[in-house]
Amino acid sequence: MEASEAKIKKQGASRLCCLCNQRRPVLKRPKTLQQICKECFYEVFEEEIHQVIVKNGLFKSGERVAIGASGGKDSTVLAYVLSELNRRHSYGLDLFLLSIDEGITGYRDDSLETVKRNELQYGLPLQILSYKDLYGWTMDDIVKMIGLKNNCTFCGVFRRQALDRGAALLKVDKLVTGHNADDIAETVLLNILRGDIARLSRCTSITTGEDGPIPRCKPFKYTYEKEIVMYAYFKKLDYFSTECIYSPNAYRGFAREFIKDLERLRPRAILDIIKSGEDFRIATTTKMPEQGTCERCGYISSQKWCKACVLLDGLNRGLPKMGIGRARGGVNGDHQKETKKPASAARSLESKQCGSLDF
Amino acid sequence: MACNSSGCESGGCYGREKDNGCKVVDVKETVRLCVKCKSNEPMTFGDGGSDDGRFCAECFRSNVYGKFRLAVTSHAMITPSDNVLVAFSGGSSSRVALQFVHELQVKALKNYEASRDRSLPVFGVGVAFVDESAAYPSLSGGMSDAIAWVRSTVLSLSPPEKDLHVVPIESVFGSDSVEARDRLVKLLDSVSDETGKEDLLLHLKMLSLQKVASENGYNRLVVGSCTSRLASHVLTATVKGRGYSLSADIQHVDARWKVPIVLPLRDCVWQEITRLCHLDGLKTVELARHPQSGINDLVSSFVALLQEENPSRECTIVRTAAKLTPFYFNKIPETDDSCVPMATQRRLKKFNLKYDGSMTTEAFCPICNGPLNGSDSSEDESDALYDACCSSCRFQILPQEPSSLDHFGSLLPHHMISQVKHHQKFDSQTYLREKIKDCLLLDDEEAV
Repeated sequence: MEASEAKIKKQGASRLCCLCNQRRPVLKRPKTLQQICKECFYEVFEEEIHQVIVKNGLFKSGERVAIGASGGKDSTVLAYVLSELNRRHSYGLDLFLLSIDEGITGYRDDSLETVKRNELQYGLPLQILSYKDLYGWTMDDIVKMIGLKNNCTFCGVFRRQALDRGAALLKVDKLVTGHNADDIAETVLLNILRGDIARLSRCTSITTGEDGPIPRCKPFKYTYEKEIVMYAYFKKLDYFSTECIYSPNAYRGFAREFIKDLERLRPRAILDIIKSGEDFRIATTTKMPEQGTCERCGYISSQKWCKACVLLDGLNRGLPKMGIGRARGGVNGDHQKETKKPASAARSLESKQCGSLDF
Repeated sequence: MACNSSGCESGGCYGREKDNGCKVVDVKETVRLCVKCKSNEPMTFGDGGSDDGRFCAECFRSNVYGKFRLAVTSHAMITPSDNVLVAFSGGSSSRVALQFVHELQVKALKNYEASRDRSLPVFGVGVAFVDESAAYPSLSGGMSDAIAWVRSTVLSLSPPEKDLHVVPIESVFGSDSVEARDRLVKLLDSVSDETGKEDLLLHLKMLSLQKVASENGYNRLVVGSCTSRLASHVLTATVKGRGYSLSADIQHVDARWKVPIVLPLRDCVWQEITRLCHLDGLKTVELARHPQSGINDLVSSFVALLQEENPSRECTIVRTAAKLTPFYFNKIPETDDSCVPMATQRRLKKFNLKYDGSMTTEAFCPICNGPLNGSDSSEDESDALYDACCSSCRFQILPQEPSSLDHFGSLLPHHMISQVKHHQKFDSQTYLREKIKDCLLLDDEEAV
C-alpha cells in the first residue's frame, strides 16, 4: 500500500493545482517550479506580463504599436498576448505586425508564411520589408560572400534598421519585440565576456531608443523562454520552430548553453542575471556615445556613417571585413583608407545604395 | 604570415621544397631567442598554454614578480610599518603570494641592515592556514600531513622568521573546539542550497582569517587570488544577482573588513602562476577537494571552456568588471598611525591612496558583508535578520520558512548576528513627520 501511495504522490495526482486548489495540475512552472493547472498557468503568465506593462509604463492609450513578428514562438505569443491584454485591459492600442524578410531560403520564407497566417488569425495588419528591397542583398548572398563567421553581425545590424524603417512606414509610435528573459540574460553575459561596458549598461533597459526615431520595448523582459514555449504549446498557437540555419557558429551559443545548464540548477538565476545587469555600478559618463546622424542615409548613428552603411559599403566593394572588429585609425578609419584604392573588384557588383527613406 | 602549411612556427616558415620534393631546412635557421631580453633561450613549459616558448626563465619570472610589486606599491598594500598576514591554502596561487611577500621582506631586511639611520622598519609577515576538516570530513585524513608540510614550508622561508597560525574554521564560534565543531555542523546542515552552503563556508573562512589577524596584531591580510579566480567570481556574482556588490570584491584592496584585504596577484593569470611554481620548484599541496556540485562548479567549467576557445577571455572578463565603479572602501583606510614613517605618509597622501575612514555610507549584509543596494530592502519588516541580508543570501543561505529564521539566527557566529542588531531601518517619512509634527494641521497622513 505504501509503495503505490508514494508513487501517486510522486505523480502529483493526489495533489491539486497550487493556485486554484480545484483542478488537477498538468505542468510544473519553469520559473517557480509550482505544479499548476493549464488555466492557472494562462492566468499567471498573462497577468505577470500585464503587470510588467503597467509598472513600467510601456504604453499610452491611443498609441500605434508595431510588433516585430518573425513567425517564431516569441513574436507569435507576443502578438497573441498583447492583442488579448489590449482588449481585456483596454490599453487602447492600435496594433500592427511588422515582419522582416532577410532572404534566408528554407528558413525565413517558411516563417513568413506563419506570419501571414497570424495576420488572419489575430486580425492584425501586416507589413513585410525585405533586405533585398532595402539594401539590395539577401542574407543568402551575404553568407555566400563572407562565410559563416560574423554573418550574425550583418543580419542584426540590418534588421534593426529595417525594423525602424518599417515602423516609420507604418507611422507607429512604438515598436515591441519578443526578447525574453533568456535573451536578455544571454546578452548581459555576452557583454561581460566581450568587454562591452557601454552596452552592458543599456542592455537591461526595458525601453530603449526613446531619443531616437522609434522607441522600442520588450514586454517579455521577465518572461522565461520555456514558459513562452509552454504557453504556445498549450494554447496550440501557430508558430515556426526552426533555428536559423546560419546560427550554429554564433558566440551567443556559449552563453545560451550555460544558461540552460544554470536554469536546471536554479531557475531563478535567469532573473538574477538580469537583476545583476540592472544593478551594475556603471558610471553614467560611460553610458551614452554621442548621437548624430549618418552622413550617407541620415539614420541615427554615433559615428560618421551608420553601421549598416559601413557594412553595406564593405559588401559592395568586396571587402566583407570592413566594419567587423575594432575600428582602426579613428572614426570609420578603414572606410577613409579604402576610398583611395581603385575599386576594380567592386566594378562587377552594382553599387547598391542604402534605402532611400529620409529620417 | 601567409604561410598555410601545418606546423608552421609563428616565427616564419623555414621549410622549403627541393626539386625532388623532399623538405629541406634552411641552413641559416635562426636560434629562437627570448622576445624580451633577446639574449637567452626561451623557456618551454610544454603545458599546451599560450605564449609558450617566448620568454626565457629570468624574463618570465621578473615579469610575474614585476606585476606583483607594481600592485603592492601602487596600492600601498604593504608599507614599512605594517604587519602582514598571508592566507595560505597550500595551493599554487597562495604559495606564489607567500614566496613573493617573503622576497619583498628579505629585500627590505637587506636595505634595513645596510642603511645607516635605520629609519624604515621591516614589515612583519605571518602565515595563516585554515583547517576546513570540520566542514569537509573527507579532508581530515590528510590534514595532519598537510599541516606538517605547511609548517616546514614556512620554516624554510626564514630569515626573517614568520609565525604560522593554523586556524580551524570552527574557531569563529569560539575556542571550545568540540562545541564549535558541533555548532558549525548544525549551521551547515540547516542550509539546504548546495551553493549557499559553499558560499557560507567561504564567508566563515574569511571571518576566521579576520579573527586570527586582529587577535594577533596584523593590519593587512594578503590573499593570493589571481585573475582567473576573479573571472570566475565575476560570473558567479552575476549569476547570483550580486551585480551591485561585485565591484567591491574584485579590486586590489578591500577595506570593508577590520583587517583590510589586499590582492597582490590580481593581475596574474593562473597559467603564469602554475608555470612559476614549476619553474621555481615551489611545492604545493592539493587537499582532496569536496566535489562542488552547485553553481560555482558550473561557472568554473564554463570559464575553462571559454579559455579553450580564447586564452585571453579571463582577462577580458576581469577588465570589464574593473570598469564598474568601485566603492569608497576599495582603498587603504586613513589611520592616525604615528608609527607610519613620514616618507610613507607623504607618498600615500600624494597619490590619494587612502580614504577617510569616517565616510561610511554603505550598509552591509551580515552574512556575506556585501554592500547593500537600496532597492534590496524588503517590504515587510517581519524579521530583523531577513531585512538585514542581501537578496542573494536571503535566497541561498537563509531558510525559506519564516518560522525557522529565528533558530537559524541563533546558529550564526556572534560576529555576523551582532551586526543585525545595529541595523535599523531608517524610515525617512516618519523622521520628517516628527520634525514638522507641530505645524501639521491635520492628523490624517493622507492629507499630505
